Formats: sequence, structure tokens, C-alpha cells
Amino acid sequence: MIVVEGESLTQDYVISAGMFGKPKMLRAVKGASFSVEQGKTLAIVGESGSGKSTLARIIALIDPASGGTLRIQGEPVAIGSGRVPPALRSKVQMVFQNPYGSLNPRQKIGDVLMEPLMLNTDMPASERHDRAEAMLKRVGLGPEHFNRYPHMFSGGQRQRIAIARAIMLNPALLVLDEPVSALDLSVQAQVLNLLGELQQEFGLTYVFISHDLSVVRFLADEVMVMNKGEVVEQGSREALFADPQHPYTRQLFAATPVTDIEAIRARVARRKARLAS
Amino acid sequence: MSLLTIRNLTVRFATSTGSFTAVDGIDVHVDAREVLAIVGESGSGKSVSMLAVMGLLPDTATVTADEMTFDGRDMLTMSAAERRRLIGREITMIFQEPIASLNPSYTAGFQIEEVLRLNAGLSSREAKARALELFQAVGIPEPERRLKSYPHQMSGGQCQRVMIAMAIATKPRLLIADEPTTALDVTIQKQILDLLMTLQEEQGMGLILITHDMGVVAETADRVVVQYKGKRMEEADVLTLFEAPKHPYTRALLSALPENAVDGRLPTVSDFLIEEAPR
Repeated sequence: MIVVEGESLTQDYVISAGMFGKPKMLRAVKGASFSVEQGKTLAIVGESGSGKSTLARIIALIDPASGGTLRIQGEPVAIGSGRVPPALRSKVQMVFQNPYGSLNPRQKIGDVLMEPLMLNTDMPASERHDRAEAMLKRVGLGPEHFNRYPHMFSGGQRQRIAIARAIMLNPALLVLDEPVSALDLSVQAQVLNLLGELQQEFGLTYVFISHDLSVVRFLADEVMVMNKGEVVEQGSREALFADPQHPYTRQLFAATPVTDIEAIRARVARRKARLAS
Repeated sequence: MSLLTIRNLTVRFATSTGSFTAVDGIDVHVDAREVLAIVGESGSGKSVSMLAVMGLLPDTATVTADEMTFDGRDMLTMSAAERRRLIGREITMIFQEPIASLNPSYTAGFQIEEVLRLNAGLSSREAKARALELFQAVGIPEPERRLKSYPHQMSGGQCQRVMIAMAIATKPRLLIADEPTTALDVTIQKQILDLLMTLQEEQGMGLILITHDMGVVAETADRVVVQYKGKRMEEADVLTLFEAPKHPYTRALLSALPENAVDGRLPTVSDFLIEEAPR
């Protein structure tokens, strides 16, 4: 089953509009098409200004697209006018890059997790409480964390909370915008493992935005490379990593540092030769 | 020949709940013309130890060391005036946030000329000419125009090039780069690292690179110091470190790289170290 599908999605921003004359437009996403099957991960790769986060916001139903069609579980969605209906909102959730900025500092963690249920369901308070506690446990925290505030947690723990909040409503699709780029390497590994476990357990579909090719290689099924608003290449992870076609993709690969022993040995040898001459 | 030698460096911060030890007896030495990477995660004290060398820590910090010498000169006992002649001239530093490191109210040209006038003793006219040369040397496109640009008119990569130009303006013998590419895109990161390595070889400076990124270490370092919670875990040349890491923490860091995943799961630090339970 296809969970999310985009058809030539575009996004325009007005960058300057005077009282007279035509407003200047910037096309931040120039026609992106994709489809993701249930339980799979689509990774969107690009650098700043590539339009990857703009596209993520369209898929997460935060911003309406300027053009094209977005389908969630086969249903076309148009969020241009009015509020996203609760049934649709509970299907799509988002996790942001900065776990320090995406949690309200005055809201206790328990309330953070119960709020989606309160807004989108008519579940009684006791059940909301139980579910929030169970979810805390699922993401590797404990019931003792229920009444604590965000500042009492480390970055990795906060990202776990943000992920827990996103899956409280049993969504079909999770949009993750650079969820591990603000984290230390060892914490990144824990959060990536957690995301993998949750995907298996709940059959979640991920759209994963990242600039880090090694992370993408680790978890993606399909990869889409964006540059300056354009989708320059897309395909399966195996195909893309084995044989990148577009010059920009190759440039990205060449720029990514390698930790391969042979590559280090070659670099050290080159340097020794240069210094000796 | 050892350029900078530090023995048993300890940095404590006075906090409301008592004293906190950020750096706990670290030894560091870097030779002339050598690239040393200090690698660690947040809280490892990797930045604090180098800020202590530069004298950039706030008053709440207490710095002690058995030895801190630069090129045979004792930095612990030297006068403030002597220290000022050393820092900013023979030892310079660049930081993680290039845009925040520059003064937003002055043009890039003014800021580099100021360094040249004050630290290299050039006249304004000489400083102008040298600034242009330096901008060309660090590969800033349209250098004449960029001298008149304010930091907000430039990209992060360009601002980092300006910072590097300022840092090499006095032909320092040691450059300390604190996460110089962390805020930059990968293609820009590659350009900046290549630039740093070229300058390091051309000018024969020592370079200390503080980073959390094992990829950056693999691409640049001669020798590596691994720090964790203010202590030194391991020191080795770069090849030995990647090929045969001795300390469990180093092994943990290396296996946490996504490219080293086993069966779709990444080993984490807690698989290697027995840590106290999180609060």
C-alpha cells in the first residue's frame, strides 16, 4: 500500500512585492514526484537551499503546496483552506531537527505526550495518562520522567520525547526533518536504532530529510537528491549508492568524508610524500 | 620539535552547586607542521582545554597545569604583555560559527585590516593591500567587493574563509580550529578542510583541529587525541586509531558511525562502557 504520494509538487514564495508591479517569486520546490510504500523510508538529501525542508513541510501538512497533488493513503489532500481535519492530522506527524526548540519549556513531558490525544481524540484522561506513560517507556524513558520539564533532559532524550509525541496518535507517516543532526555520534546511533525499532513495530512510513549520506545509507529504502529546488536524482538506495548518475550527486559523494582504512592510508602516504619533497 | 606542550591541564568552573571539573588532567602536545585532532562529544572538554590555552575562559574558570609551554616559552609565568604578543599573533584560533564570530557592524575588510594593523604592525595602506592578498589566498570570489561586504551579506562558507584569512594574517605558528566546518554544508566543508590543509602545509604551521566528526579526523589528522568527560582516553596516529583502536570508548565511537552498522543496528557507547544510569 502506498502511504504518501506526491505529483509534481511545487512551492513558490513571494520574495518581494511592491505596491505596483509584479511581485517577485522564488520557486523553492520545482516539481517533486514520489511515492512511498507502507513501512518504507524515503530519504530526501540536499544542502541548505535545496528545498528539502520546504518539501518536508508540504508532506507534513504544515504548508500547502503552490501546485501539484499530494495524496495520503490514496486520498488527495488540500489544506490550502481551513484547518487540517483531526482524522488526517493523526495520520501524518513531524519530528524537527532541534529538540531544544521543538518542546515548550513550560510544558511537562507528560502533558507534551497527552496533548495530541486531548486535541484529536475524546479519550478519557486516565487512558491518556496510561498511554503517555507506556509511550515514555517504549522510547527508553521511565514513568519518573512524566512530571519533568524539557530543560531537565539531554538532547538525545529530548529527541526521544519529540518522537514519542509524534507517534502518540498512531500515525501512518512520520516526516523527520534532520532528526539526528544536532546529536552527538553515540546518541545519534541510539536514536537511529530507536527509529528502526519503531518502524518495524508500528509499520511506520518515514520521510527522512538529511544532509548526511552515511545516515541515509543506513536507513533509507528510496533516496531523492535535491539541489536548488530541483530533484536531480531519485532511485533505490542500492542503485543510487552503487552508481550515482547526476554530477551533483557525485559531487556530494566526493565531499563526504570517508573513514575507510585504505583511504586514510592513501591520504597519509600522499601527505608524507608531499612533506618530504 | 614540540611547539605546544601541556601537561596535566585541569579546568574547574565554579557553579552554584559547587565546583565542576570540565577538563581533568589532560596532556596535549603538538609539533611544528603537525595536524593534531582532538575528538570528543559534547562535554568532553575538547573546546574548553583549547580556550584555556588562548585565555578565553570566563572568570568563573580556574585553570591549572603542571606545564604549558609554547616553543620553549613558559605560558604560565609570562607577563600579560608577553601573552598578548603570543596570542593572536603566533597562536590564532577560528570558531564554529563563522557568521557569529565576525562583528556584524563592520565590513570584513575593516576587521581584517584591524588585525593587520594591530598584530602585524602594518600601516593602513599596507594593511589594505595585504588584506586583498589574503582574501585571494583563501579563495574568496570577488575579493575587492568582499572587502567592503558586511558579514550578513556573505554565506557561512565565505565568512569562515574570512575568519581563516584573519587567523593566518600574522603568519601564526599554531592555528587552533574549533569545529570549523560543523555549521557548513558537506561540499563547503570539503572546500574549507582542503583550504586549511593547503595553508597548513604551505605555511608550515601546527594545526589543532577540534571536532566531533570522525570523518573530518580521517580526512585531516596526523595524530589524534580522544577525549571523554574531560579525560584523555587515547592518543594515537590516525591510521592506528582507525585500524586498531585501543580504548573501548574509541571503539564505541567508531562503531557508532552509520557506515559501520551490523544487521541494521548501530552499537552504542553503552554497549562498550558501563555508565551510570541517566538521571
